[in-house]
Amino acid sequence: MTEVFGVPTQALFGQLLIGLINGSFYALLSLGLAVIFGLLNIINFTHGAQYMLGAFCAYFVLHKLGLGYWWSLAIAPLAVGLLGAVIERTMLKPLYKLDHLYGLLLTFGLALIIQGIFRNEFGSSGLPYPIPQELTGSRNLGFMFLPNYRAWVIVASLIVCIGTWFVIERTRLGAYLRAATENPALVQAFGINVPRMITLTYGFGVALAALAGVMAAPIYQVSPQMGADLIIVVFAVVVIGGMGSIMGSIVTGFGLGVVEGLTKVFYPEASNTVIFIIMAIVLLIKPAGLFGTQK
Amino acid sequence: MKVKQLAAAVTLALGAMGAQAQVSDGVIKIGVLNDQSSLYADLAGQGSVVAARMAVEDYGAAKKGMKVEIISADHQNKPDLGSQVARQWYDVDKVDVIVDVPNSGVALAVNQITRDKGKAFLVSGAASADLTGKACSPNTIHWTYDTWMLANGTGNAIVKTGGDSWFFLTADYAFGHALERDTEAVVTKAGGKVLGKVRHPLNTQDFSSFLLQAQSSKAKIIGLANAGGDTTNAIKQAAEFGIVKGGQNLAGLLVFLTDVHGLGLQTAQGLILTETFYWDRTPETRAFAKRFQQANRGIYPTMVHAGVYSSVLHYLKAVEALKGDEGAKVIAKMKETPTEDPLFGKGRVRQDGRKVHPAYLLEVKKPAESKYPYDYYKIRAEIPADQAFRPEKDGGCSLVK
Repeated sequence: MTEVFGVPTQALFGQLLIGLINGSFYALLSLGLAVIFGLLNIINFTHGAQYMLGAFCAYFVLHKLGLGYWWSLAIAPLAVGLLGAVIERTMLKPLYKLDHLYGLLLTFGLALIIQGIFRNEFGSSGLPYPIPQELTGSRNLGFMFLPNYRAWVIVASLIVCIGTWFVIERTRLGAYLRAATENPALVQAFGINVPRMITLTYGFGVALAALAGVMAAPIYQVSPQMGADLIIVVFAVVVIGGMGSIMGSIVTGFGLGVVEGLTKVFYPEASNTVIFIIMAIVLLIKPAGLFGTQK
Repeated sequence: MKVKQLAAAVTLALGAMGAQAQVSDGVIKIGVLNDQSSLYADLAGQGSVVAARMAVEDYGAAKKGMKVEIISADHQNKPDLGSQVARQWYDVDKVDVIVDVPNSGVALAVNQITRDKGKAFLVSGAASADLTGKACSPNTIHWTYDTWMLANGTGNAIVKTGGDSWFFLTADYAFGHALERDTEAVVTKAGGKVLGKVRHPLNTQDFSSFLLQAQSSKAKIIGLANAGGDTTNAIKQAAEFGIVKGGQNLAGLLVFLTDVHGLGLQTAQGLILTETFYWDRTPETRAFAKRFQQANRGIYPTMVHAGVYSSVLHYLKAVEALKGDEGAKVIAKMKETPTEDPLFGKGRVRQDGRKVHPAYLLEVKKPAESKYPYDYYKIRAEIPADQAFRPEKDGGCSLVK
């Protein structure tokens, strides 16, 4: 069998694929962050908590309403997105005129509160959530067994990511959104309700986090900590991709998933630091991030 | 992240006016130091504070005129933070004894500080057998379980049933290394082989890369030398990748009741594990569990909680007998006095600081066999106290003559 640095190529293919799967979560989450930062200039530290809320929502939908995974995919983003819209209207709105730091502090505080409440209520070990019937089992790809559910995660997140990019960069609605961030007064003068649009955008960004949460529920434990563990990495992804760059966050999300996956083969001890090393290097060479533009 | 000094200081017994002369400043102050917010928060966390409080109540400290106070803090699994809290507790807050401290990294640090400051340390949550081996101390008792005992229980049972080739997934810090080392020794001694190992960072979310490496090793047994959330995530994801269906088996070397609860019996069924306490064993343990869960958000006691209860009880006994709370003296008294309590039965504390009691080889029930909440285990075997732990002479502890 051929080998690369002592690792059989077949095993390497498996690790690449797994990297892509983890990258799907990074991409979905950093996409939401990028949308919110790019269009609202809010550094949304509640994102991890909202991802966790999505997973819990799936758990409640299953155990309280008796509805399965597919319903959750629709209900959780709606419910959590709505909650996001309420947060935007009541708490974030007064902060737009102030420095970024205030929004960051508020969202960070909110995240701690939400996580604290859930930890108190549900403990830290997490709750089980089964893989949907239709997607159990796995297929043999020759070089590895790919669980069907993980294949679904890659496909679904790619569709959502590209769809979002398309809406924002290539449609009229997206053009309004981008214009509204550049010059809200002018866009309002054309008869467009800018505040509502901003609320909806925040709600959408949050809904993306909740969607990622639902997709994560069958793989990881549904636990109050799940977002806190992930959000720091996702922020690094956004910084590497370039704050606010939609395409940047998608590409870096998948890319860093792969890099992290490979680290787990060659030097597993460093697998939770490798992303931050890359972040440091990128910031030194290209401070605006790989896809960002210097303002 | 700021230091979250949990200010839940509970003054329990405002006893008689005349405080005993030799108890430092008249109050016996117990500090519960553990993980209260992350992957070990359910198996220890606030539950350990509840257990300590129950021990003080059951001992009847108030009636005996002893003033006991319990404080707690979150060490966030960081040895530096844990050390800082321990120093502050001993120097400023006049804490006499620190209990619990899951996470061997933090426990080893607190072990040294306690020795330097001449206080007392009762370990329940931490696992590394080094605490009674090369790091043993006249100020420390290791109460509930350790890595040697886990390896000896679960490891031995699995090798005996044909699991003779192993691959380890190991948490990359003091505890994981100790558990891997002790299990490897058991496996090779019984004629088995270790085909490979991979060290993963503490608190890992995704185990698929590591599981894939384990899969390609073709080892019969994948040994999980980790704990808490790491173990549950690994077990859950192993099911997803069809590891067990592919003919390999998982050995959860350290699995707690709360982990099984989090996994659900559907995923956890059939796992073999070793613990020193199971709540549904005797009428006494059941009565304890019932009271405990009412005070602990419905979560049943793990062996760590039981160990905190039992160790605090024995500590108070020694303090009362000595009429003083000086660290090394109390620990010496605790070693002299045989132990007895409703949870672990009769036992003793050895010179190296190891508390010995029987261990139980358990099997997780099938969903259909579970009749009531937390009805999770079948007891497969009892390992007698004198065989459950590492022989005193083998540990390399300097206190053993």
